[in-house]
Amino acid sequence: MAMAIDTALPPGRKLKLSLDRDELIKRALMVVIALYLVVALAAPLYVMLSKSFSTYSFDLARFEFQVSDKAGNWGEPVSAVALNDRLGVVSAEKLATNSDGRLQATVFFPDFSFRSPVKYRIRGTSADASYLVGLQLHSGTEWQEFSSNEFRRVMLRPARAIGFENYTTYFSTPTLFRSIGNSVFIAFISTIATVGLAFGFAYALNRSCMRFKDGFKLVAMVPILVPSLLPGIALIYLFGNQGLLKELLMGVPIYGPLGIVVGSVFFAFPHAMMIISTALAISDQRHYEAAASLRASSWRTFWTVTIPGARYGLISAAFVVFTLVITDFGLPKVIGGQFNVLAVDIYKQVIGQQNFEMGAVVSVILLVPAIAAFVVDRMVQKKQVALLSARSVAYQPKPDRRFDALCLAWCSLIAVFILGIMVTSQFAALVKLWPYDLSLSLKHYAFDRMDGGGWASYYNSIRLAGITAIVGTIIVFVGAYMVEKTEGFRAGRSAFQFLAMLPMAVPGMVLGLSYIFFFNDPGNPLHALYGTMTILVICTITHFYTVGHLTALTALKQIDQEFEPVAASLKQPFYKLFARVTVPVCLPAILDISIYLFVNAMTTVSAVVFLYSKDTALASVAVLNMDDAGDVAPAAAMAMMIFYTNAGARLIHLLLSKGIIARTQAWRMR
Amino acid sequence: MNQKKSFALAAFAAMMMSSAAWAGTELTVYTAIEAEDLKRYADSFSQDHPDIKLNFIRDSTGVITAKLLAEKDNPQADVIWGLAATSLLVLKSEGMLEAYAPKGVEQLKPNFIDKDTPPSWVGMDAWAASICFNTVEGQKLGLPAPKSWKDLTKPEYKGHVVMPNPASSGTGYLDVSSWLQLFGEKDGWTYMDGLHQNVAAYTHSGSKPCKMAAAGETVIGISFEFRAAKSKAEGAPIDIIIPEEGIGWDMEASAIVAGTAKEDAAKTLIDWSVSKKANEMYNVGYAVVAFPGVAKPVPHLPTDIEARMIKNDFEWAANHRSAILEEWTKRYDSKSEPKS
Repeated sequence: MAMAIDTALPPGRKLKLSLDRDELIKRALMVVIALYLVVALAAPLYVMLSKSFSTYSFDLARFEFQVSDKAGNWGEPVSAVALNDRLGVVSAEKLATNSDGRLQATVFFPDFSFRSPVKYRIRGTSADASYLVGLQLHSGTEWQEFSSNEFRRVMLRPARAIGFENYTTYFSTPTLFRSIGNSVFIAFISTIATVGLAFGFAYALNRSCMRFKDGFKLVAMVPILVPSLLPGIALIYLFGNQGLLKELLMGVPIYGPLGIVVGSVFFAFPHAMMIISTALAISDQRHYEAAASLRASSWRTFWTVTIPGARYGLISAAFVVFTLVITDFGLPKVIGGQFNVLAVDIYKQVIGQQNFEMGAVVSVILLVPAIAAFVVDRMVQKKQVALLSARSVAYQPKPDRRFDALCLAWCSLIAVFILGIMVTSQFAALVKLWPYDLSLSLKHYAFDRMDGGGWASYYNSIRLAGITAIVGTIIVFVGAYMVEKTEGFRAGRSAFQFLAMLPMAVPGMVLGLSYIFFFNDPGNPLHALYGTMTILVICTITHFYTVGHLTALTALKQIDQEFEPVAASLKQPFYKLFARVTVPVCLPAILDISIYLFVNAMTTVSAVVFLYSKDTALASVAVLNMDDAGDVAPAAAMAMMIFYTNAGARLIHLLLSKGIIARTQAWRMR
Repeated sequence: MNQKKSFALAAFAAMMMSSAAWAGTELTVYTAIEAEDLKRYADSFSQDHPDIKLNFIRDSTGVITAKLLAEKDNPQADVIWGLAATSLLVLKSEGMLEAYAPKGVEQLKPNFIDKDTPPSWVGMDAWAASICFNTVEGQKLGLPAPKSWKDLTKPEYKGHVVMPNPASSGTGYLDVSSWLQLFGEKDGWTYMDGLHQNVAAYTHSGSKPCKMAAAGETVIGISFEFRAAKSKAEGAPIDIIIPEEGIGWDMEASAIVAGTAKEDAAKTLIDWSVSKKANEMYNVGYAVVAFPGVAKPVPHLPTDIEARMIKNDFEWAANHRSAILEEWTKRYDSKSEPKS
């Protein structure tokens, strides 16, 4: 049809929406926030990607030697590459190395003896060819002369190039690439366990008439408020070699896959539970009535009505848990033992071995499953929308004593698990010297006596969380508003949408490492940000951008599109509308975004672990570092401080929301 | 008159400015000195030199080294005070250190000074490998205390030994490099193959094995003596064992960062850091210090540590670090694989 009209009519003047001032300001703001996302996300990732291709190898063509006979007469100069071709002493794979690689020059001289009167000379064929004499760095094309005794101290240094060697090295080193299998294995098992447990929990909340539902909901949310290191620490106290319940494991060590899986279930549980609960809450009573009238058994109804109804929720929950677990760094760091996973490998490569290039390679590899899970999840989420219809009738559970008791037992078991972890952690923080002196003391709270940052790190964390919550909410909400309420400009809007969704797929470790590469480059005008609180704020906002963005979009979509034209026709500028209508209407969502950012800024470790400096040490990083140094009890104490702070913030948020909803959301009540 | 007055004013201004510049000298110092020691050191220095303000960037050895390397093209530090000598060797091979012979350096023990003249770095104090043995858990399991490195490969210790990962911990690398120097390359690796059979875990940091032994989480922790003494002082039931064959060691050392704009102040700090007074200050926590004759015994520490330290070839250890770690990682760095 459209085609027919197009061909029938002569091409007229191209229609263009004339832009008024409001529209221009909106687009400008959108571009500003998009630019922020480019600088804080896309550019660092790009720099990291290119870093992973930066390789180090010994370039033998860059060095020339000259050898004398015993009487001191010099022979012809000969290049190292020619010597190696002749002798074959250094294989091609040995030439590939890292930035710290050294190659002893004497390997090219099989009859070398340090007592011989033979003398040696070395020079580079280009100015940047460098070598060490002992540990002194030399470079350049001048000949340098050495006695045999000195010559054995000459070490060639590698040259930088661009290539795939880092990836080849990675995939030919079993200890490295085995981590891929380990990570996927852990994430897979944790996903099945978490989704299974969370489904039962959510099912009980939505489909039974058991008691204490509100209490269970509250307990299920607790893990969100703590860093993922905490379950690791608590599990060591419970099941470690001196653990309270060690016998339960019957000799299976908690260090390794078992500990990671159990801990992952703990911290991923609330995320899965919330998603599945939402999916179960929207199911349609009429389907169950139909099943009942067809005399389907409850077992059959479960498999043909309940599960298909919740399938998108289940799939979505599975992908969220998978991503959370595979990208988590804190837990395997604490309890992984020698079981290597990708996220910890990045840390080991960078902090332990200063091998930034290999860290970048592992990061790129970790991005693959994270992005894959993200893409599949987005595809599934798009389908979910079609499920709700206007004629749906909400499901009303009927009391059933046996079933309710079963649900209560299931939920109690999970609640005991969650609370058990928390109580253990608090107990460990208060015991004087586990397990030899169980008297209580507050000495582990003297953080200033430990490595890790002391109490200052705790106040820094609160500052970071506060600033992130305020600034982040403004950026996220304004960005979402501009995307949602701008007319036309489709290309720009979808580009923005893509940028806003991207952080979800980027693991924290990867983001942090890419920030080092990007901001620590002296050539970068933003270099001054490195090591400041500002970079931590930027990093944290970016890391948690997506969820806030989606929350804001959902809230904004509820506001009728008519408001803008009405305001325009009344000659009201958009910012007045924004301040007088949009913001008040969306206040609950805005508060949700800010508490989300606050809580995550308090608990996050992965991204900021690369970026903090002496003055901006954070509580969550202090937990990691104190555990790393073996100060496990103070680490538990600090983790609990984070929990109490977050719980307090949640409480304030709750009270604030209640007050605000009463004042601004009265129109919602009928 | 006018001219004279303005001249005097100018001279006065110049004087003011120069004195202001001197009074305001601030040095950025990178350090890995333990938090509680650092404050003491800093206070002591500013008593003698109130005109120089020290701004410390303190972190663990690995992090500080990574930071310095990352800033190679644009160094932020003026001075490094208290970083592992092995890390300073890496920085030296990158050409990042300014060679300087501090006043009085000739009085120090020769093995505490860089071999080149003028030296690029000077040592402050040494820490040495040692074994933390939990006597309570040892008794429970009927395990005798080990006496030597070789003892640790005995089958009865299987699963009861924890040591630092040499790829991430300086202490771990000093163990590995000392074994290779003590036993020779071939026997050194054979020894580690045997030890690997008994190791329950390789930790990220060097102090953790001893703290794990102190908490009974393991029986034997390969760590360093300084950490062990602290745990013992806190009441942990551990014995500090110095293996018979000799022990690897490293030192805390100081250096001027090449290209610093504040060379004079940097030299003042380095001069002060090798003084007798400074060495007495280091002795509070460290049994072995660079200045001969000042060291007094440290509580809980054996007195013969210095005699048991091996003749450590730091240059060899630094130049072969990359190759040794590659070999080590290939052999041992995946202690446990998925059981299923």
